[in-house]
Amino acid sequence: MLPKFWRKIRFRYGLIGSYCENCGNYYYPPRNLCPRCRRKGKVKEVQFSGYGRVLSWSVVHDAVENFWISKPYVVALIELDEGARIIAPLDCNPREIEEGMRVRAVFRKFGEDGEEGIIHYGTKFVPIG
Amino acid sequence: MRVAVIGVGCSKFGELWEMGFRDIMISAGVEALEDANLEGKEIEAIYVGNMSAGRYVGQEHIASLIADYSGLADLHIPCVRVEAGDASGGVALRQAYMAVASGMHDVVIAAGAEKVTDVPNAVEILSSCADVEWEVFNGANLPALYAMIARMHMRRYGTKEEDLAMVSVKNHKNATLNPKAMFRREIDLETALNSPYVAEPLRLFDCSPICDGASVVILASEDVARKYTDTPIYIEACTQASDYLALQSRRDITTMDSVVQASRKAYKIAGIDPKDVDVVEVHDSFTIAEIIAYEDLGFVEKGRGAELVREGVTMLDGEIPVNPSGGLKAFGHAVGATGIRQAVEIVLQLRGDAGKRQVDAEMGLSLNVGGTGGTAVVTVFSR
Repeated sequence: MLPKFWRKIRFRYGLIGSYCENCGNYYYPPRNLCPRCRRKGKVKEVQFSGYGRVLSWSVVHDAVENFWISKPYVVALIELDEGARIIAPLDCNPREIEEGMRVRAVFRKFGEDGEEGIIHYGTKFVPIG
Repeated sequence: MRVAVIGVGCSKFGELWEMGFRDIMISAGVEALEDANLEGKEIEAIYVGNMSAGRYVGQEHIASLIADYSGLADLHIPCVRVEAGDASGGVALRQAYMAVASGMHDVVIAAGAEKVTDVPNAVEILSSCADVEWEVFNGANLPALYAMIARMHMRRYGTKEEDLAMVSVKNHKNATLNPKAMFRREIDLETALNSPYVAEPLRLFDCSPICDGASVVILASEDVARKYTDTPIYIEACTQASDYLALQSRRDITTMDSVVQASRKAYKIAGIDPKDVDVVEVHDSFTIAEIIAYEDLGFVEKGRGAELVREGVTMLDGEIPVNPSGGLKAFGHAVGATGIRQAVEIVLQLRGDAGKRQVDAEMGLSLNVGGTGGTAVVTVFSR
């Protein structure tokens, strides 16, 4: 499972996605083909600013494996300022969340593959201000 | 070629500790053969919906296994396993339907089977219907994804937690009338609303139970159907649509475009309107999914789905009974079997064989959804 994680490091750590020069749409996670332009598309890598707003969210009590120690935790559907949407953990007090709340990306530890396995890192979001 | 259902079978759904994958599958198959009055040698092909035998029971190549244990190995007929998450059964039904509709085969089995209780991480495996690398890795399993759908639907359209709970109460009540259902007990609104949160705003009673089970329908061309049964039920349309796998890529998370597309196409092929449908089985993997299905199937306009459950329209004695079987919530959700199990219920209802939960119906519809709507299969049945 090491290469499976390793080859996504750039996109997960740095919030790198795709931009189609033909239609101007942004995508996260990255795509090889633009679903709007298909073969006419010109897909380029893009670094997202990391700023966005919360569209929807859930406080998760029945956790995914990597998140057992932090449950309950928040996952949110976030619209990045460039237009792409991302589902990501939101690191904050669940009672503070409001629809449309501004957030920014931060680099965080997600979990590890046992005591001797690799440590998973990725992008979480926090409220601004 | 017009396609008829000439026989149906269904195992009990639940935690079937004393039964293995093979036992469950065969119990449903034998029942269907008896129902269709077939010996076995009439069958020309088998399509089996199964999501994850490899992870649930550690066995792949189950197509051969099923032909073998169905006693059909010596017939050397083709058997095909079909996978589309928890829409595997619906997609298998459609493949079987096309095999008969095309004129390729006269008598075909469409089956679905799943054995999930041999492993401790059944829910985690089910969550691989979602995008494992970009949703689940980020902490969003299936309940969390449906929770985000629910919250947006609530905020945009005023749907309440009580409305979700009413779906659960309705489906539990229907299941009390179904001898094969997993949960055959009524619950009240208070119980549902006081159950613990799984992923807010969804509570335990908003989530269907993943379980063991198998279902079988036997399809035949119209030409030969009457040889086997006096009560063929016809498939007027069987359509399938896909959408983005991950919720984050969808246009609007409060609508399943796959359901809208598949159902519109099905209505067109069948030459009917949503109001012509008398009985419905929908994919209530979570209660919010049933409310959204009312809207996306066109029974009510977008945003007003909750009104149907509030006003009792979808109850057993309502205008459009939905999930008379008990639905995924109370009949149980045997993953790859569910799409076929829904077809079994509609066929029983249209034949008048649904026992205490019988409704008055001439036209029925089933909706099987994979994950959060990446796949949808809509089937229209008539007497």
